[in-house]
Order: sequence, then structure tokens, then C-alpha cells
Amino acid sequence: MELKRILEKYPKRQDCLIDVLLDVQNTKSTRHLTEVELARVSEHLGLPESHVFSVVSFYSFFSMTPRGKHILQVCRDVPCYLNDTFNVHETLESMLGIKTGDTTEDGLFTLEYSSCLGCCDQAPVMRVNDTVYGNLTPDKLRAIISECRSDDDA
Amino acid sequence: MAKIKINNMPLNVPDGITILEAAKENNFNIPTLCYYPDLDIKSDCRVCVVEVKGHKGLSTSCSTPIYDGMEIKINSPRAQNARKAIVEMMLANHDANCTACVRNMNCELQRLAESLGIHENRFDTVLQEKAIEQSNPSIVRNANRCIKCGRCVDVCKTVQGMSVLETAGRSHDAQVSPAYGKELKDVFCTYCGQCSAVCPVGAIMEKDHTHNVWDALDNGDKHVIVQVAPAIRVSLGEELNLPLGSIVTGKMVAALKMLGFDRVFDTNFTADLTIIEEGHELIGRLKERGKLPLITSCCPGWINYCEQEFPDLIDHLSSCKSPQQMFGSLAKTYYAQREGINPDDIYVVSVMPCTAKKFEAERPEMRVNGKDPDVDAVLTTRELAKMIKQMGIDFDNLREQKFDKPDEVTSGAAAIFGATGGVMEAALRSVKEILEERPLEKLDFDTVRGTDGIREAEVEISGQTHHVAVAHTLANARTLAQKVREGGTPYSFIEIMACPGGCVGGGGQPYGTTSERSRERIYSIYQVDRLTKIRKSHDNAAVMNLYSNYLGDPSGEKAHELLHTHYVNRRKK
Repeated sequence: MELKRILEKYPKRQDCLIDVLLDVQNTKSTRHLTEVELARVSEHLGLPESHVFSVVSFYSFFSMTPRGKHILQVCRDVPCYLNDTFNVHETLESMLGIKTGDTTEDGLFTLEYSSCLGCCDQAPVMRVNDTVYGNLTPDKLRAIISECRSDDDA
Repeated sequence: MAKIKINNMPLNVPDGITILEAAKENNFNIPTLCYYPDLDIKSDCRVCVVEVKGHKGLSTSCSTPIYDGMEIKINSPRAQNARKAIVEMMLANHDANCTACVRNMNCELQRLAESLGIHENRFDTVLQEKAIEQSNPSIVRNANRCIKCGRCVDVCKTVQGMSVLETAGRSHDAQVSPAYGKELKDVFCTYCGQCSAVCPVGAIMEKDHTHNVWDALDNGDKHVIVQVAPAIRVSLGEELNLPLGSIVTGKMVAALKMLGFDRVFDTNFTADLTIIEEGHELIGRLKERGKLPLITSCCPGWINYCEQEFPDLIDHLSSCKSPQQMFGSLAKTYYAQREGINPDDIYVVSVMPCTAKKFEAERPEMRVNGKDPDVDAVLTTRELAKMIKQMGIDFDNLREQKFDKPDEVTSGAAAIFGATGGVMEAALRSVKEILEERPLEKLDFDTVRGTDGIREAEVEISGQTHHVAVAHTLANARTLAQKVREGGTPYSFIEIMACPGGCVGGGGQPYGTTSERSRERIYSIYQVDRLTKIRKSHDNAAVMNLYSNYLGDPSGEKAHELLHTHYVNRRKK
């Protein structure tokens, strides 16, 4: 029981919520959370399930749908959104052949939105798993994607 | 005291209060939206922003404490423009088809827009149409009208301790909903309706039964009768522009007759009946060492809660139906027989301060013939007021009328059902007198009155001390139920009401209900009790006649068949 083992690591304190959720999510290859897991976390920490869900739905680093190996999160807060040289989302959608929120059939890429990543000076910005890429251009996007693909081949 | 200035006017105000309170004290009403007395200060909506000298941004008046030397401008152009823009943005994400909304002319957002002089919106609509949830018998949620003020979330979480509703998502994708976007029927919702009472717009409402009632009233083949709960007579007036706490019993009866009801009855009659049945149940359990404490079952919000979260306490619940359902079953049996009317042609309407009563009326356990509901439609106080307005009745000028005979006789004990502690007191008046076989020296049981969340009292009956407890709001119900679950409580009898203040603060009561307003209604309810000739349920000759002519013995076979029910474990997982 992986979940049980993770829960036991944490004290029954409400301020552990995000840490627990991240831990649970990161141990899974699909990097997503399920209703069952949220219910267990809420029970362990003594928090209402609606509150746990509220937190999960608020932060873009949590997901309740299974995700691919590389999670591309494109910022859509004001400075990134106002970038008018090219549209990061549409470019990625056509490069990957999926819509935002979806995962490619080979399970390699998931395309998502993100709230502000704190790098407004480098807009437009996106995050791929734990790495943030700024000053995006179509060429840079192509490079990032092929890098991810070659990572996978290696 | 602190010296402050509001709009350049020098003022002395008490230390520690907020700008909003200081302004109100000096007759400035700063517009608010998410702010609601009794609930947490959220400063979510930003509508109450004001300019404070030395503050960089605008300050929310609901959450900013005053200090000595503070200079506040409530209506500076900057504050006004900000307020206006905020409300315009809300309207851009709101289904503003006002004439299609039940809250039209009774909507806080509409009033706010009007007072801010918003006659056109500078912003295009960004509203994405969402499905309306109406799959349960009590509550309708229309997310297209929600402005995310958070009042419902707050009342559900902090007052009721339920946390059924929460905010989900963020920014303009934020929504108020139960976990995982589920529907209320699929989560631990008790249908107490407190969310619908605090909603400033038409996003959470009771399920509308006015159409069904108008149709029934218009149907010549139907004999339409109505019963009115004890708490309505002290609150209905508020919805019809009468002063807070007005006792409008006679005018209410007159209005119901004008609406076209064939007979207008008082739920207080079956409240007296409930006391006789529940009182005998308590006496029985005391004598036969049955399951104690006995817990009241009049409140459907509490029943839903108990069945969902404390199914192990079901044996403690009184098997008595609520006064609403006792009336329903008698209407379709005894009354039908007495009047020579086919029960299928009788349409029973009840007026309740409650949204959970709509759920209760649909429960399959509450059907005397096993197939049709005993109560066909349930109107909240707000819905009745709406029908009175739709009919164009000049309520204030109505000549008072009496409830229909022969059930017009009711006791003061029944009247106080509407206040927290009332059922307890009514039961004690009867149980003590019946067991001691001599008249009560004192009718008022002051120790069970009041508005503390949980009240405990000791009552002497025949030389023996009995412990009783009273709780109101579901958060307090949880605390008390938990104690009973753990065992070892000294109580013989417990009264639980789901809403703050009892039924006077019910989820179907007039908009703007607060604990302060509920206290006024409670005062009026005890006034009704004091002014009633009969003040003990078992002194109600009409009820006792019903036993001798029809029901037989209290708690007897016929009484059990018609007036009692059972509860089921409704744990949702």
C-alpha cells in the first residue's frame, strides 16, 4: 500500500496538505490524483474532502486526470497572455496534435495551462515538469519538444 | 475612543471596530456584497473599498480596523470608480437576464448596480453557460448567476460545520460546488438551505413549488388545504414590509384564504399531537429503560444529518413523524373520512421556514397509502410571501381571520416549536405534569431557553433529576451527537434543530435573516405562547378529542400506523 506508507510519514496536521498531495502525486507515473486518494488524505488530515478538492483544483501543479511523461504548462497570466508575436498554446497544439488539457497518444506529452510562474520578465513562459523556459519562440518550442523526445529515446 | 475623519467629518468612534462599522455608526452605509453579519469577514468581493489617507491601495472597509487619526474617503471618485468596475466585472460573468430570475427586485447585486449607477456595462460578457442543478427535492443551484461571494461556502462550513460547498478552481474559472463538482444529492448535504438564505443573488434557491400550488388552486377538482408552521407567523411580515418580529397570524390566515385555499389549518395542532406522541414515547422509554437519550425528530435537516453521519444513533431518534407529516397523514385519512372527500382529491400544501421539509415531504417512508406523498407541496416563507405579492394582496390592511375549525385550537407549547429549545420545553410541560399527576407550578422552563449553541439543564420530575440538552446549528449538533456516540452522557432527552435559532432562522426564512433578527422572532414566539389560553399540549381538548374519536390511545396501534415512521442509514460511502 503505497498511499498508506506516504500518509504515515506525515503528522495529522492540516498544514501538511500540499506536501502530502504532492508526494502522493509524484510517486505515480501518471502524476495525477484520484477521488479515492483525496478522500484518504482528507481522512488522514481531518480536513473536509471539499477543502482538499478545492486546493487540488486551485493549483495548476495538481491534476485529477492522468498525465504524460512531460507536462507542458503554459502560463496564461497577463504578461504572457499579452505576448502578441505568436500564440504559444496554438503553436504547441499544432506541433503535438492535441488540445490543451489532453495527452498525446504515446503518453509523452500533456499540454496544460498554468497560472503565473513568477518569471514575467521573460514572458512568454512555460514549465516542463520542474524546469521553466522563458522568452519562448516557435524555434525554442521545437527544440524543447525534440529534447524531450530524445530524452525518452535515451 | 479614536478620532477619525470620514469624508472630512471629524468623528469619535470606539477603538477596534472596522471602517464599515464606524461608518454605519455614523449613518454612512458603505455598499457591501460578500459581507454578512454572523459570517466570517472575507473581503473577497472588494465592493466595500474606500480610500484611506496614507494607504497605497484602496482598503476594504469590512476588514480594515480604524485607528486614531485615520482619514477615510468613502465616496472619492477613485473608490467609486473601483466599486463600479468591480460590479461591472461581476455582471460580465453573471446571467443578468433579471426578469427571468426569482430574485428580480429582491437581488443584492441588482440593488448594488442600481445604487452605483450602472446602467450599461463597459465589459463584454464572458459567461460560459453551465448546467442548472435541480436533481434534489430541496435546492436548485444555478452557477450562471453565482458571483463567488463565498457566503454559502462560509455558512456551510462555519455555521453548519458541513463543508459541503466549497470554492473550486481559480480566477475566472472559480466555481462554488461540492467536491469534484458533484451534485448535492451525491454528497453529505442535509438540505438545511442556509446557503439559499444567504445567497445575495439567484444562484442558490429553494425548489420552486409556487407553480404547483397555483395549478392546484386553479384545479376545481382538487380540495386544497394548507398548514402553516409555528415560525411563519413571526417572520412572514418581514417579507411584506412589516416591522421585524410582527406577529401576523390573523392576516396570514386571511391572505391564505384570499389565495383560494379551501381550508387553512395550523401546524401547531399537529405540533401538540407530536408532543403527546413524543411525550409518551419518552415516558415509555423512561419507565421501560428503553434507549436513552431520546432525540427529537421534528427537524428534517437534523434527520438527514443523523442518517448520513450518525446512523448508529438512529435508535435514539423519536419515531414520531414531524408535525408537517403528522398533518399530512391525518389530512389524507381522518380528515378525508370526516369530510367525505376522496383522499386522492385532497391536495395538501404546507408553509414551512425550511427547505429540507421539501425533501421530507417526498420521503417514501412518509406515505400513508404507500404510494403518494401525504404533503403534496411545501412552500417556504419566501415563496408564500411571493404568492401574496403575485396575487396583489394588500397584506397590511387585511382584517385578521382565524384558522379553520375544528382544529383551530392549539397550545402555546406548540407555538414555541419555532424557537430553539421550544420542542424541549413543550415536551417537558406535558411529561412533567402527566408523570407527576398534578398541575405544574411553573410553565416556563427558562433553563432550556436562550440562544447558546448547546444548552444543558436539569429537570426535576417526581423527585428524580433528569438531564436534558438542546442544540441548534449542525455544527453544535455534531458536538452533541459525538458525545452521545461516545456514551456516558447523563441525558434523558435531547432536542436538536439544524438551523441557527431553530426554525425562526430556517433556510426558507426571509432574506437577510441574522442571529439578531432571529432573536426578535424568538421573542415574538414566546409572546404568542404567553397570549395563548392553553399552554400545554395535553390541555388541547381538540387533540384529545381526536384521540378519543379516531386515534385511540396515545402511542397506540392507530397512532403508530399514522403518526410514526422509521429512519434509514443513508451513509453515502
